[in-house]
Amino acid sequence: MTERVRVKSLCPPGHVRAPWYLRGKVGEIERVLGRFGNPEQLAYGLQADSRPLYRVRFTMAELWGEAAETPTDTVDAEIYGHWLERL
Amino acid sequence: MAHDHHEHGLSPSGHPYRSDNDGPLTYWQRMEIAVRELLIEKGQLTPAEITAQIDAMDARSPANGATVVARAWTDPAFKSRLLENAAEASREMGFDIGPLHLIAVENTQDVHNLIVCTLCSCYPRNLLGLPPDWYKTRAYRSRAVIEPRKLLREFGVDLPASVTVRVHDSTADMRYIVLPARPEGTKHMSEADLAALVTRDSMIGTGLPRRP
Repeated sequence: MTERVRVKSLCPPGHVRAPWYLRGKVGEIERVLGRFGNPEQLAYGLQADSRPLYRVRFTMAELWGEAAETPTDTVDAEIYGHWLERL
Repeated sequence: MAHDHHEHGLSPSGHPYRSDNDGPLTYWQRMEIAVRELLIEKGQLTPAEITAQIDAMDARSPANGATVVARAWTDPAFKSRLLENAAEASREMGFDIGPLHLIAVENTQDVHNLIVCTLCSCYPRNLLGLPPDWYKTRAYRSRAVIEPRKLLREFGVDLPASVTVRVHDSTADMRYIVLPARPEGTKHMSEADLAALVTRDSMIGTGLPRRP
């Protein structure tokens, strides 16, 4: 069963590693990568919480709509769990 | 009239001269020098250790990745270990890749993979050495996810519509290496000769291996 997720449309200040072009976009979890220190804390030398990290696969159609070069091509990106909502 | 060229700001071959880098140090350059000198003064590191580390970083080159690819082409069991956990498989071959988390993505008849880091310049340095300058440009970083096929055509890779392009954006803790498809007509080649066919770009996905 593929799990569908949406990247949260947040724009917090500071260092984040959820790319702008993926925010609000829906994809499928390609694989679970394990837990990693939260870069939003690591970037400032803070004690970092461990957060689950996922590889999420998006179609070009989802990312660029009508303007997609080839709608069925994909982009995979690593997104931390606290940036994802399950659909 | 050699000085005329300087007045036009162009070399004899018509290229602009790059200005000398004798401006003041930036904040971060001064910070690096200060921290490095303090570490040496306090006896935490020796200059020789720093030089040795720089040498070790400079010694990494795409040839490392090429030997991994050639092994995967010739040893099916290694190939499955590589696709399962590319970091462990690389360590098994003796590469000191540190705590790197590496994912190998395989090119096939139906899939072509392309690596990018849209946020900065994440790159499998431990296996491929320093990234090429274009890898870090905004043009490559944005176009790789918007129009990868057009970008690839500019690199000389023209993919048929039957091939799916999978772009991998290294946004966090993973690094990626493309396992290119083994070229036709290489059946009887040795692992070392095969490694010579594996280019840096073929492991980023912007190129294909050389033909024998």
